[in-house]
Amino acid sequence: MSLAVKAVGIRKSFGSHEVLKGLDLEVAYGEVLCILGPSGSGKSTFLRCINHLETPNGGYVWVDGSIMGYALHRGALQELPVKRLRAQQSQLGMVFQHFNLFAHRTVLGNVIEGPMVVRGLSRDEAEARAMGLLEQVGMAAKASSYPSQLSGGQKQRVAIARALAMEPRVMLFDEPTSALDPELVGEVLEVMRNLARGGTTMIVVTHEIGFAREVADRVVVMIDGEIREMGAPQQVLSDPGDPRVRSFLSRVLA
Amino acid sequence: MPHLPHSSPAALTLTDLPGPDVTVRRLRHPGRWISGGLVLLLLAAIGRAFAVGQIQWTVVGQFLTAGVIVTGFGWTLLISACALVLGVALGFAFGIMRLSENPILRFAAWLYVWIFRGTPVLLQLLIWFNIALVFPRLYIPGLVDERMVDVVTPFVAAVLGLGVNEGSYLTEVVRGGIGSVDRGQKEAAHTLGMTPGQTMRRIILPQTVRLILPVLGNSAIGMLKFSSLAATIAMGEMLNAAQRIYFINGAVIELLFVCAVWYLAGTTVLSIGQYYLERHFGRDAATASSDRRGFWAWVRRPAARGEA
Ligand SMILES: Nc1ncnc2c1ncn2[C@@H]1O[C@H](COP(=O)(O)OP(=O)(O)OP(=O)(O)O)[C@@H](O)[C@H]1O
Ligand SMILES: [Mg+2]
Repeated sequence: MSLAVKAVGIRKSFGSHEVLKGLDLEVAYGEVLCILGPSGSGKSTFLRCINHLETPNGGYVWVDGSIMGYALHRGALQELPVKRLRAQQSQLGMVFQHFNLFAHRTVLGNVIEGPMVVRGLSRDEAEARAMGLLEQVGMAAKASSYPSQLSGGQKQRVAIARALAMEPRVMLFDEPTSALDPELVGEVLEVMRNLARGGTTMIVVTHEIGFAREVADRVVVMIDGEIREMGAPQQVLSDPGDPRVRSFLSRVLA
Repeated sequence: MPHLPHSSPAALTLTDLPGPDVTVRRLRHPGRWISGGLVLLLLAAIGRAFAVGQIQWTVVGQFLTAGVIVTGFGWTLLISACALVLGVALGFAFGIMRLSENPILRFAAWLYVWIFRGTPVLLQLLIWFNIALVFPRLYIPGLVDERMVDVVTPFVAAVLGLGVNEGSYLTEVVRGGIGSVDRGQKEAAHTLGMTPGQTMRRIILPQTVRLILPVLGNSAIGMLKFSSLAATIAMGEMLNAAQRIYFINGAVIELLFVCAVWYLAGTTVLSIGQYYLERHFGRDAATASSDRRGFWAWVRRPAARGEA
């Protein structure tokens, strides 16, 4: 299997608070990786470092043949201009906990924004493809609604379609169901399950242990800015070696 | 013995309870009638005082549509409109600079606000008007080379003075508007690959404009009134025209009242426009659109904050 993402020695501090303490991770194409861990362990920060929404203080991320935010030049990392960084970022689709839909655009407007502005697609072409994606996430009927008129689950499905519209190599999800009412979690997980089945490469930060057990190829448990456990879901979730991972899992599985 | 109304509620037994369509007597508010009556009386007294005072109302009526006054009002409108456009442009430019990553741009914008919000408009008008004392010639290589007095006419000085001053207020408004668009949308735009410029133009500014349109209504009303300050730099707008007339005919109060009528007419029209603008773009656009009571609702609404 060929690699899609390789994170090397990622470190990140906010002020004197070291949130990530040198993380290494490899994700292959077609793989679904779930990141679990207690609140504040740095899962979101790690995901945001992977797509350079946060710039790591140390280490780097290699995605599909290039290093995020840098060009390798005579053995050193030369920072890229923002335009090139954005082009790299558009290779990684991001789904946020709080959806972050564009409030002044309709559902369709949200999905065509990236393809039209960044990829330069014509409106007709962008709309045709957007409708296909909205169909896929079951939101085609709401194409002309505004985000404020949607439920949380619907918003999140639109956000997924918006990210997919850029045809990213990898999809990143940061607790996509944590802000949802319990009865709306299922519809979003269903969309994600279908993506996984279709072979989409995904890195998913989640508290949904059931989803991780069922869909993930590999599970990572982060505690205090370190990867404490990594492996197949049944192994990590049922028989973790690390005592802190065991106590975390016993708390969330209880 | 019948139960007295002030007997304790606990004494009301279930058998005493009235049927569902029992008559309800509302509390009376005699205080409201008294205070309302007093105010009406006061208004009538003031009205009478002006009616019998030493004002020749016929002169007021006569000059209301005099050519010089109407032309002056035209200038008033033109100065206000130009200054508002300049103010909005500067407000957006410096408001965006205020939030720049570049500390020098941020500092420049801060300096602009600090200077122009921290000094009186009247003073600024006088300085613009006399700018030729500092820079006798305006010389930009290959573009302009003229005497400053020819460039900065009273009209230009008025537009610059009012517009640059307004821009310093709007800078803060734009900054607040941009800050109120949540950071998540900006991040979402970045992950789609949009550059900072595209994000600003397509995601942030459209939402900012919605927030600041109502403020612009207030600005327009304020500008119409502040344009009267241009009278002091010999700009022939309405107040200046009125002054020139009463220096000759001595009908001071009459001409000032003529101006008052025109300014009131202008600000009223703008206020109505602002009401519809607010209803269209206001924060509570959803509630406002279900609340279509039109003009009279506007008349009776409580005054907005900062409206003067
Ligand atoms: N922008 C920031 N500035 C300062 N501190 C931050 C910032 N972002 C995150 N942190 C801190 O970094 C630590 C890790 O945060 P992070 O959001 O990555 O945790 P998390 O594992 O995603 O937690 P949760 O499950 O609650 O989302 C926390 O202590 C948090 O307070
Ligand atoms: Mg998080």
